[in-house]
Amino acid sequence: MSFASRIMDFFTKKTKVQQVEIAAKEKQEKMGKLSARERIEAILDPGTFHEYDLFVQHQAEDFGMDKKELPRDGVFTGTGKILGFPVCIYAQDFSVAGGSLGLAHARKITKIMDHAMNLGLPLIGINDSGGARIQEGVNSLAGYGEIFYRNTRASGVIPQISVILGPCAGGAVYSPALTDFVFVVDKISKMFITGPEVIKTVLGEEISMEDLGGARVQAEISGNAHFYAESEQECFEQIKKLVTYIPWNNRKKADPFPPKPPKPEKNISNVLPKDNTEPYDVRDIIEAIADDSEFLEVQKYWAANIVIGFIRMNGETVGVVANQPLVMAGVLDVDSSDKAARFIRFCDSFNIPLLTLVDLPGYLPGVDQEHSGVIRHGAKVLYAYSEATVLKMTVILRKAYGGGYIAMCSRHLGADFVFAWPTAEIAVMGPEGAANIIFKKEIESAPNPEDMRKQKVQEYTEKFANPYKAAAAGYIDAVITPEETREYIIHAMQIGSNKHVENPKKKHGIPPF
Amino acid sequence: MSNDLKKLILDDSIYKTRFTKKFELRKPYQPENKNEIRAFIPGIIRDIFVKPGDKVQKGDKLLVLEAMKMKNRIFSPSSGKVKKVFVKSDQKVAKNDLLIELDIEE
Repeated sequence: MSFASRIMDFFTKKTKVQQVEIAAKEKQEKMGKLSARERIEAILDPGTFHEYDLFVQHQAEDFGMDKKELPRDGVFTGTGKILGFPVCIYAQDFSVAGGSLGLAHARKITKIMDHAMNLGLPLIGINDSGGARIQEGVNSLAGYGEIFYRNTRASGVIPQISVILGPCAGGAVYSPALTDFVFVVDKISKMFITGPEVIKTVLGEEISMEDLGGARVQAEISGNAHFYAESEQECFEQIKKLVTYIPWNNRKKADPFPPKPPKPEKNISNVLPKDNTEPYDVRDIIEAIADDSEFLEVQKYWAANIVIGFIRMNGETVGVVANQPLVMAGVLDVDSSDKAARFIRFCDSFNIPLLTLVDLPGYLPGVDQEHSGVIRHGAKVLYAYSEATVLKMTVILRKAYGGGYIAMCSRHLGADFVFAWPTAEIAVMGPEGAANIIFKKEIESAPNPEDMRKQKVQEYTEKFANPYKAAAAGYIDAVITPEETREYIIHAMQIGSNKHVENPKKKHGIPPF
Repeated sequence: MSNDLKKLILDDSIYKTRFTKKFELRKPYQPENKNEIRAFIPGIIRDIFVKPGDKVQKGDKLLVLEAMKMKNRIFSPSSGKVKKVFVKSDQKVAKNDLLIELDIEE
C-alpha cells in the first residue's frame, strides 16, 4: 500500500466510526439529551479534546455478539482542558447498545482512569448507560468492579467528578457514589439500585422513575448528588466553575486567582438579627467575606441545615462549613453530619484550608434521629475535623452550645485559629434550658416562679452566653467584630500557609462510616 | 423544603426556622405492640399453622411469609392465645399489614 492509500485507509476507518455520531445525535435529541460528543465538547475548551481508543472493539462472541460491531464500544475517552486546566474525561454513548457496559467499554474507562492517576489529573465521567451488557455475563461485572477499585484507589489522590446524564442504575451507581462530586440534571438523570418495575413486583409499591431516583430526589432527599441543574448546559457551567476551585491532585494546591474584594452591597454588619432565636441566612455572611462575594455551594438542597462550599479569599480557595440557622435552627443531625464530614475530608485531601462558621443550638432531638444512628453519624464530624491537617479556621458567630460547640472545629479538635464575634454564646446549653436546670428549686419555690425564671435566665445569659468565658480559658484566640472577619481570616491564611502537621503513622484510621 | 418559618423547641428555647423535607415527612414513633404480628416485608402468605383460640408457646411457628424468593417462618414472640387471624394462604400482603393478633400472657 502506498503512503497516500494508507492515509486514505485511515480516514475511511475513522470516518466509519465517526459517521454513527450523526444518528447518535438524533437518537439522543429525541430523548431530550445531548450526544456524548456534544457533551464533551461543551465541557472542554474548544478544540482541546483528544480522543483515545477510537478503534477499540469488544471480544464477546455469545448471543450473536460476534456479529455486532459497536463503535467505540459505546464510550468516548480522552483528555482535554477546562478553562486551561487539564482533565481526563470519558462519556458513555447511550446510542450504542444503550451505553451498556461490556468488558472493552470498561477497559477503556479504566485505562483513562489509570492515565488520570499517573498524570495527576482530575477525572470527569459522564454516565448515560442502561447498565451491564448482559450478553457479556460476568465479564461485564468484572468491568464494573475494576472501575470501582480504581475509583477507590484514586479517592483523595485526584478529584473525581461524575456527571449523570441519563440512566445510571444497578451496580453502575456505585462508581459515582465513590467519586467526590456527582452532578445531576432535572428530568435527565435517573439513579437507583432497583428500578420501579422491580420494586412493584417485589414490594407492591408503585413509584415513578423520577420520584424514585430523579435529579431532584438525589439532590434533596438522598444526598447522592452534589450539584443540581435544570439543563445540561447549566450543569456544564457548574462543572467548569468547580474545576477552578480545586487542585489537579493531592500534591498541589488549587491555583490562586486575582484577589477581589467582596461586593459592597454585601454588608456583614446587619445580617445577625437582634434576637438569638431569630433565623438568618448564613450564606449572607459567607458572601460578605468572599472574594467578589462568590460562593459555590455544594449539596445546596440536601441537609440544608448545614451549608458547605467553596469561596476564595485573597485569591485562594477556601472550603466553608457553616451552620444554617435558617433551616432547622442550624442543628447537627444525621444528614448534616454526613454532609459536613465528607466535605471536610475532601478539603483535607486536596490541601484546601477550612473555614468553619458556627451558629448552632446543638443536635436534633428525636426517636428517628437516635434510631438512625445520630451518634455514629455525628461522630463523623468530630473524626473528620480532628483528622484534618489542613489549616483550620473557626469563627463563632452566635450560638455554640454543648456538643455542637466541640464538633464545629473547636480549638479542642485542633483548630489553628478560633475567633468569636462579640455576639458569640459559648456555653453548655442555651440560657433557657440551663436556667431551668440549674435554678429548678429556686424557680419552683419562688412566690412567682415565672418572674424568678426570667430573672435566672437573665442571670445565666449575662454570665455565660458570651465569648468571654471561653476567651478567658484561651479557647478562642480573639474576639473580633463582624467587619474585621475577612481581614483576620486572610491574615490567618497567610500566617498559616506553611502549616505542616502529620497524623500518627498508620495504615488508615477507622472512621465511623 | 417549605420557606415558611416554623417553631423548633430545643432546650426550652423556641427557634424560628425552616424545616427540611425529611423532618416534615418523619413518622411519629409508635411503640411496638407485642400482640400484633405484622408483615416485616411485603410478600405472600404460604402456610398458616394456627387458628383463633389456639394456645401458642414462645417460639411456635405461626405462619410462612414468602418474600424475595425466601420462605420466612414467623414465630410467636411470646406465649399466649391466638385471638384473630387476618390472612389466608396465598394472600399477598404489604409491609406492616396485620397478620395475626395474639393475646399474650403477661
